[in-house]
Amino acid sequence: MIQLPEAKPQDASLNPFLPEEMRLVRRYDLTPDVRFFQVRPLDMERALTLDYKPGQFMMISLAGVGEAPFSISSTPSRPGMLEFCIRKVGKVTTNLFQRKENSIIGVRGPYGNGFPFEKMIGNDILIVVGGLGAAPLRSLLLYILDNRDKFGKFYFLHGAKTPNEMLFRKEFFEIKERTDLNCFLTVDEDKEDNWPFHVGLVTDLFTKIEGIDAENTYATVCGPPAMYKFVIAEFLKLGIPKHQVLMTLERRMHCGIGKCGHCAIGPIYTCLDGPVFSYWDVLHMKDLI
Amino acid sequence: MKALKLKREDLYTYLESLKSYGELWGPVPKGDKYVYARLTNVRDVALEALRTIIPPKKFFVPPRFNMFRYFDDHYEEAFDDVKRRVLFGLHPCDIHGILILDELFLERFPDPYYKRRREATALLGLSCVPDDKCMARSTNTHAVEGGFDLAFNELGDNYLVWVGSSLGDDLVRLNIDLFSEEIEPSDLKTYLAWRRKRDSRYKLTFDLTGMPDIMELSWDAPLWQELAEKCLACGSCSMVCPTCNCFNVRDLSDLTLSSGVRQRHWDSCMNKEYALVAGGHNFREARAERLKLWYTHKLKAFITEYGKPSCVGCGRCIDTCPVDINVAEVIRGLTGQKVTL
Repeated sequence: MIQLPEAKPQDASLNPFLPEEMRLVRRYDLTPDVRFFQVRPLDMERALTLDYKPGQFMMISLAGVGEAPFSISSTPSRPGMLEFCIRKVGKVTTNLFQRKENSIIGVRGPYGNGFPFEKMIGNDILIVVGGLGAAPLRSLLLYILDNRDKFGKFYFLHGAKTPNEMLFRKEFFEIKERTDLNCFLTVDEDKEDNWPFHVGLVTDLFTKIEGIDAENTYATVCGPPAMYKFVIAEFLKLGIPKHQVLMTLERRMHCGIGKCGHCAIGPIYTCLDGPVFSYWDVLHMKDLI
Repeated sequence: MKALKLKREDLYTYLESLKSYGELWGPVPKGDKYVYARLTNVRDVALEALRTIIPPKKFFVPPRFNMFRYFDDHYEEAFDDVKRRVLFGLHPCDIHGILILDELFLERFPDPYYKRRREATALLGLSCVPDDKCMARSTNTHAVEGGFDLAFNELGDNYLVWVGSSLGDDLVRLNIDLFSEEIEPSDLKTYLAWRRKRDSRYKLTFDLTGMPDIMELSWDAPLWQELAEKCLACGSCSMVCPTCNCFNVRDLSDLTLSSGVRQRHWDSCMNKEYALVAGGHNFREARAERLKLWYTHKLKAFITEYGKPSCVGCGRCIDTCPVDINVAEVIRGLTGQKVTL
C-alpha cells in the first residue's frame, strides 16, 4: 500500500466570507432615522489603498446579529475612509445604530459592478436623487465632481420630502454654489416656509435642463420606488437612449459573491452583475423591477 | 481514459481497502428508500439503490455548518467537519449534479467551504439502469465522461472500472492485485449490450432544446398560477435537488452574547421569506413567482449561462413533492402536454 497526501488547508486570507475588522471612526445623524457612518480598515496603508467604484456595495457584518449589503456613499477619489448613509430599518441597522464611535465592526467587499465609467467618460451626466437614493448616488456625484474635466455637461437634480428630511443638506447646498455643474434642489412640501429653492416634485426640475447632448448622456436615478416611472419617462422624453439610463437595485443578499442565490433574477445575480442596471436591462430581463 | 476490470465478487474486498484513504460512504436502505451513510460494514452497501433521498451535495454543502466562530467582533474560520471521504455508488446524474455545483462554487469567487470538502472527497461512480422516474437521458446526464475519480460500470461478472483522475489511479493502487488490464473483445460486446439495455429503459423523455425560449414565452402563462395553487411552498424540492444551492447565513450567540458561531444553512426559493428585505418589502411574495424562479433556474437561466440545464434528471423531485409538482410535470405543462396534477 502507498501513502497518500493529507488534504491541506488553504490560505485563510482567501476566504471571501471573512469580514475585515474596521473602525467606526465617526457617526452622526443626517435626519432622525438616517445616520452617516465613517469607517476605515485598522491599517492606514490598507485604508488608503482600498479601491472601489461608485455604485458598488459592502457587506457590513455585526457578530451575533448578521450581515447586510449597503451602498457605499463615499468616493474612491477621496481615499482613506468608507462612508455609508444608513436608515434604521431592520435587525442589522438597528444594532449598527447602537455602535459607538471607535468601535470595531466587520466589513467585506466591495461587491457588484458599479457604474460603467469607461463608457460614461466624455458624456453629459444627469443624476436624479430622491430621498435615500442619495446613499449610492452621492458616491457618483462626488466622483464626477472630483474628475470634472473628464465629463461633459453635468446636472444634479435632488428631491426630498421636506427640508428636515433632506440628507447631506449642508454638503449639497455647498455643491449648489459651484459653477461647474447645474444643481437643482427641491422639496415636496415646505410647511414651515423656510426652504429657499423650488417646492414640488423632482420631475418639475427637468424644465431646468437645457443643451444636453441626449444621445451622449448617461442618466441615473435612485429613490423611492414610486419615483422611477416618472423620472424614467422624463429621461426618455429628453431622448436619452434606454441603455444609458442607469439605476441601482436592491435585493436580499447573504453572500455578495453569487453563491447564496437570494438576489438571483433570471440568469443574473444582482450582487455580481448588478446592482447597477440600465433601463434596457430592466425592459428585457423580466422581474428586475 | 484508462479502463480496468474488477471481478464482481472482489468488490467488497476492494471497498474495504478504500477505508485506508478515508471514511467510506455509500447508499444504504432506509425504510423503502435509500440514503448515503457511512459504510462501517462494506456489505451494507445497496448496489441496487437508484436515488438516495438527499443527493450527495450534502457532503460538499452540509445542510448546516459553521463558517466562523466569533469572539466580540473578531472572526475565526471554522472548518469543523471536513473529513477525507470516499463516496461510492454515485450514479452519472449525481456526478453531473456535483459538476454543476463545481461551476457555481469553484469558479468566480471560489467558496473555501465547498472547495475544502470537495478536495477531501473522492468520487466513485456506479452505473445504473433507470426506472420510470429517471429522465437523465433527456438532460444528457445519463452517462459521465469525467469529473469522477473512479467509475464502476456493470460488465457481466465484472465491473469495468474507468480511472478518471490521478487520485483515482492512487485509489486503484490501494489494492492493485484485484484489477486486471485485460479488456477483451467480448467485454466490449457485453458493454455495448448493457448500454443498449440502459438506454431502452428510459420512459420519461423530453426535448429540452429551446426551453429558455419556451419559458420566456410562458412567462405569463396560467400554468404558474395553477401550480401555485397546489404548491405547499414546503421547499422539499430544493432539499432533494442535486443542484439547488441557496443558503442563508445566521449568527448563533452563546449565553454570554459576546461569542458564538456564524452558520450557513440550506434555504429554498420556495420559502416565503426568500426575497424579503429589511423594511418589509418582499420581491417574491407570490408563490407563483417563486415557483417560476425555481424552474427558471433549472430550465432557463442555467442554459443561458452554461449551455445546459441545471436539472440532471435524477427524479428526486418526482419522488418527493407531496403534491406532484416536478420537473417532468412542468415541462409537460410548458410544452402543452397533458398535466396530470
